[in-house]
Amino acid sequence: MAATAERNYLRTAPAERLPSPAERAGMFGWLRENLFSSRGDIALTLICILFIVWAVPPLLRFFLLDAAWSGNDREACLASPQLPEPGACWAFVRVWFSYFVYGFYPLFERWRVDLFFVALAVGIGWLAWLSAPRRDLGAVYFFIVLPALSCALLSGAPRLGLIDIPTALWGGVLVTIVVATVGIVASLPLGILLALARRSELPVVKFIAVTFIEFVRGVPLITVLFMASVMLPLFVPERLSPDKLLRALIGVALFASAYMAEVVRGGLAAIPRGQYEAAQALGLPYWRMMALVILPQALRVTLPNIVNTFIGLFKDTTLVFIVGIFDFLRTIEAARADPRWATPVTSVTGYAFAALFYFICCYGMSRYARNVETRLARAHRR
Amino acid sequence: MLKGQIMMNIMKRLATAFAVAIALCLGAQAAFAQSATLKAVQDRGVLNCGANGQLAGFGMPDPQGNWTGFDVDFCRAIAAAIFNDPTKVKFVPLIAANRFTALQSGEVDVLSRNTTWTMERDTTLGIDFAAVNFYDGQGFMVRKALKVNSALELNDASVCVQQGTTTELNLADYFRQNHMSLKSVTFATIDEAIKAYDSSRCDSFTTDSSGLYASRLQLADPNANIVLPEIISKEPLSPAVRQGDDTWEDIVRWTHYAMVDAEELGVNQHNVDDMLKSDAPDIRRLLGVEGQFGVSLGLTKDWAYRIIKEVGNYGESFERNVGQGSPLKIARGLNALWTKGGLQYGLPIR
Repeated sequence: MAATAERNYLRTAPAERLPSPAERAGMFGWLRENLFSSRGDIALTLICILFIVWAVPPLLRFFLLDAAWSGNDREACLASPQLPEPGACWAFVRVWFSYFVYGFYPLFERWRVDLFFVALAVGIGWLAWLSAPRRDLGAVYFFIVLPALSCALLSGAPRLGLIDIPTALWGGVLVTIVVATVGIVASLPLGILLALARRSELPVVKFIAVTFIEFVRGVPLITVLFMASVMLPLFVPERLSPDKLLRALIGVALFASAYMAEVVRGGLAAIPRGQYEAAQALGLPYWRMMALVILPQALRVTLPNIVNTFIGLFKDTTLVFIVGIFDFLRTIEAARADPRWATPVTSVTGYAFAALFYFICCYGMSRYARNVETRLARAHRR
Repeated sequence: MLKGQIMMNIMKRLATAFAVAIALCLGAQAAFAQSATLKAVQDRGVLNCGANGQLAGFGMPDPQGNWTGFDVDFCRAIAAAIFNDPTKVKFVPLIAANRFTALQSGEVDVLSRNTTWTMERDTTLGIDFAAVNFYDGQGFMVRKALKVNSALELNDASVCVQQGTTTELNLADYFRQNHMSLKSVTFATIDEAIKAYDSSRCDSFTTDSSGLYASRLQLADPNANIVLPEIISKEPLSPAVRQGDDTWEDIVRWTHYAMVDAEELGVNQHNVDDMLKSDAPDIRRLLGVEGQFGVSLGLTKDWAYRIIKEVGNYGESFERNVGQGSPLKIARGLNALWTKGGLQYGLPIR
């Protein structure tokens, strides 16, 4: 009875939305919600604000406002009556910039390095842009055309009229990029193979994989590089021993692949047994099972770790300096000793520039991986 | 059985000894005929020179990637003597840890990388030092305001120094020897030590004098600081070669002496062509107008002329790279000619 009477009062349309309470709306509401919602939050926010106020203005002053942007020698970066505390000496970076990028690469052949950078950027872009046209061609380009092209461009191909440039003359960003790219590109497939071998049921294959992985992981990268560059020439005559940079490249690639193998193995272990059994039930042979069922899932799971290894490897490339190869960081180290530019701020500026370069590269990698992850996760959620 | 083994061992040893003896004879003969290293360098068309790569004034690249420095000039001088072209040098940047291996393994033909000549290195590493081309040694820097003119007045002074180096040991020895009390303040890296000195945490800063001048430029006000005249340790820097190729060692050694002789005789890069007409017998022998001195090294008789023409004499190289013509402004000091109170003494070419 009462129920039918009440039914007359039922609304047929939703009520008008009321504006949110004033203290919850707009910027004020956002601040309250995110920064000052509890005592602990208020304390943290205040501490952060104090830290920013304390840290940022001096950094801005040093790196931007008071910095010397142009000049021909150290005079530009010295203290003066107008500027008793000089800022960063970007003029130094400007003058030395081409050395930071090319090392000792001969002046008139540097277009070859530029071309290599462009070719590499095209390759990375093609593969990294997930909806790029003809990504299969992109893979062929990246893994077959690009290495051959880079080798001819950088090292020289007398038949094509490109004079030989010994790798001792390479340096700077060029070496860092070459070592990192070769390490990254070689370590993933090698690592996958090693991981599969380690989980293999064939005892010899398994033994070899375990020995290699455990041996390489048990030795610091510096030792691997040192062995490759210092010990090898003592056993092998100079003519037969491979190029110094090549030795370092092989060392870095093997080293990275051992780590990569363990990362991939983690992914493989995370795939439920049922997936293997289902693939086998479908009659897929081993390699097709791996390629079509297991690895796509395993790699997706391990993507964050793979990128983590890449980033670690990218920064580890600085260790090649130990064998006398002038990577990017080493060129900065060398340049800061230049007496024409020696000032109290030169070293700081050089290292800040190096930090900026490494940060941009590593942060770029990590952002890209994040995108891919989100994209893959979307497929997973469905 | 056992006896047979012993016999075998003896036979093996004899065979080895015999082989070594033959190798030595052949080697010695080859050395008289021509230096194997020189031949390799000539065939290759370029001299492989181990250099520092990041020591201001001695060996480092300029922004265009060209190598410059005092040690670098020395390799250019050898290349000038061999090829008449100072650019035919491939510089291999070496760090302290791998410099000797690089020389031993044949990666470089000559090591010209601010290397101190010590008995241990000379006798145990299979390398030979050619000639001291830079007398370095540990020195002190103080602020002018301290009004100190000698290291002996540093009693009770605090001294900034890099820890774990011979520099630190030399410092302690020197103060103990002179009955002065020392307050050393040690730092892990040389950069930290300089920073600390610059912020007045110590009265004095010490390192090898060649590095002292480079460090001075990193101070906020270099001109308010002076380098004291005392040198408290011996760091004779010398180029080095592999043992066993005496003629090659001679080439490297005499490249240095030719440059010193040229300075003694007043022959330099600018007047060397006029000097060819000189009547002075020493100059005529140096420049190859008289005698066949370069030929006995396996080079041409105008070898020294080429060095001076392309690179300059010792003093020119010194002043250009580390002396008054450079930002470092290192005083000649021990590296002045013997006639001017230094130690550089050119051996006679005759």
